[in-house]
Amino acid sequence: MASFTSKYADELIANAAYIGTPGKGILAADESTGTIGKRLSSINVENVESNRRALRELLFTTPGALPCLSGVILFEETLYQKSSNGTPFVDILKEGGVLPGIKVDKGTVELPGTNGETTTQGLDGLGERCKKYYDAGARFAKWRAVLKIGQNEPSELAIHENAYGLARYAAICQENGLVPIVEPEILVDGSHDIQKCAEVTERVLAACYKALSDHHVMLEGTLLKPNMVTPGSESGKVAPEVVAEYTVRALQRTVPAAVPAVVFLSGGQSEEEATRNLNAMNRLKTKKPWSLSFSFGRALQQSTLKTWGGKEENVKKAQEAFLVRCKANSEATLGAYKGDAQLGEGAAESLHVKDYKY
Amino acid sequence: MSAFVGKYADELIKTAKYIATPGKGILAADESTGTIGKRFSSINVENIESNRQALRELLFTSPGALPCLSGVILFEETLYQKTSDGKPFVEFLQENGVIPGIKVDKGVVDLAGTNGETTTQGLDSLGARCQEYYKAGARFAKWRAVLKIGATEPSELSIQENAKGLARYAIICQENGLVPIVEPEVLTDGSHDIKKCAAVTETVLSAVYKALNDHHVLLEGTLLKPNMVTPGSDSAKVAPEVIAEYTVIALRRTVPPAVPGIVFLSGGQSEEEATQNLNAMNKLELLKPWTLTFSFGRALQQSTLKAWGGKKENVAKAQATFLVRCKANSDATLGKYVAGASGDSAASESLFVKGYSY
Repeated sequence: MASFTSKYADELIANAAYIGTPGKGILAADESTGTIGKRLSSINVENVESNRRALRELLFTTPGALPCLSGVILFEETLYQKSSNGTPFVDILKEGGVLPGIKVDKGTVELPGTNGETTTQGLDGLGERCKKYYDAGARFAKWRAVLKIGQNEPSELAIHENAYGLARYAAICQENGLVPIVEPEILVDGSHDIQKCAEVTERVLAACYKALSDHHVMLEGTLLKPNMVTPGSESGKVAPEVVAEYTVRALQRTVPAAVPAVVFLSGGQSEEEATRNLNAMNRLKTKKPWSLSFSFGRALQQSTLKTWGGKEENVKKAQEAFLVRCKANSEATLGAYKGDAQLGEGAAESLHVKDYKY
Repeated sequence: MSAFVGKYADELIKTAKYIATPGKGILAADESTGTIGKRFSSINVENIESNRQALRELLFTSPGALPCLSGVILFEETLYQKTSDGKPFVEFLQENGVIPGIKVDKGVVDLAGTNGETTTQGLDSLGARCQEYYKAGARFAKWRAVLKIGATEPSELSIQENAKGLARYAIICQENGLVPIVEPEVLTDGSHDIKKCAAVTETVLSAVYKALNDHHVLLEGTLLKPNMVTPGSDSAKVAPEVIAEYTVIALRRTVPPAVPGIVFLSGGQSEEEATQNLNAMNKLELLKPWTLTFSFGRALQQSTLKAWGGKKENVAKAQATFLVRCKANSDATLGKYVAGASGDSAASESLFVKGYSY
């Protein structure tokens, strides 16, 4: 058969569609223990469980924030944590109309014989892990594949390996009730122009959808988390309208209408850039059969983190900063962002880290 | 680069979009000399050039018919023929807002080692031929690939060969100013159910779009001519609404939004069936980012041929019959067709021929 019919089919379709609700998007709060350590050290906060818990509580209990979100991606540890009054985070999110999601990949490893290209691991025992996560309340999952642009990159091998890894992950998720977010990130690193990024993005996405079809994945129960199409990090910036045009065109050429929503990653963009680009896409008058929303990590949390600095007395102010970004991005999904968000500390700061590893 | 943007890019995009105009569709009048011979013998008409010219003149000069059409596919001989008062058919069509197209494939040949599966030939010197056709006034082309459903069919080889052949043909057309109609026909022959047809159609279309991407085809300057998704010819019929649902879902899962129009083939369906199915698709409340229209041969001409019978005195009657089918299908592209509008019994006659080869 073409797509296999999971016993969870109706639920997958409903959840994927819900995540794509206009006006809402995803908070990517799934930084691994190692990665969150880097964030915490940048604000001189110790990387201990209580601090990791405190940060996520700050975010999830921000007054007014949850209505801007349809989902939050969690790291495994967080899936089982509670707020300070003992309420499981998963319940706080559900009560706020937000679907809990779970990062299920186990990071990247190098492909020998390539120029530093990688594939993503995490397929072993994935089925059992998904079942466990479903029981714990998760309803969607995320798996990040990484590709880069270079003289000879991405190679056919890298494209194929990553596309088929994503497809296998997606099929296993659907068997176990989790909507798979398919994330084929093409890093922004490099001096290439926007046309090059567009060409590579189209090639990669075409390979992904062929792989998903081969693996009988039901597209109506998936989401796509791609990079926006932009010039390389070492090239001159372009206007949001240009990013929007190239990005939407790349999607029109590769993403079937059955996919309910595209939830962009922010890569190394500043909070403000990411919001403006998303807004421009939603204002573009062209065929867009999927909703266009966000799945931002750094681009939602950067100024919030700085404002918090790990101090209890800063929580309220940090939550206000977080709400500003949530609202801005919610408006951007409707093409209604006026660019007048109170820029928090560092909101316009580039978050690009060369050769970024989670 | 991703999509090839040659000197004809803008023209290709404009032409493809025009062909997909709601309310219009394509008359497939590209029967080869051999095939039109079979049609003629069924109405006792001699297969000579003057009769072939007379039939096409009858069709093209039918009062009121051309406004229902955006394009006509011609066989090479017809591209160079004239009306009885000396006007080239091509000019006559162009003056009436109908774009001339040309069949460019050279029929199918068996794939050795398969169970009667085929590939399509015609790539040799295709570029030079396209240039000639462009000079003669053609602005789009057609190439028919054929696949069948069986216990072990279509095979991976057959899918790959036919998809790649279509992609190679498509890019050569675009290099030479012709919009390629991509036609991967999955034959109705067989006792399979509609779900099987859906699965095969989705697999085939997915392979086709991967191949088009690999070959850098500009999707905005192409059209798709697929089969509708139906039960096999030996299986029980289903309602138009069912065909509509399975067909549109299959297309939503595989055809990128960048494709401006989908022009269905009628296969062995009767005139009335084909119209009703197309109508049901256009009434379906599911998001469709491409227009859905017709590219019918037999399903537009069958009753017209019978009414004509090769006799001059029947021309007016035959033209009136042709107009009825043109209008019916024009309405169907808008979801406005009311069944039974034409009472002609020939319109309900199945046109299925087992193992049909052009």
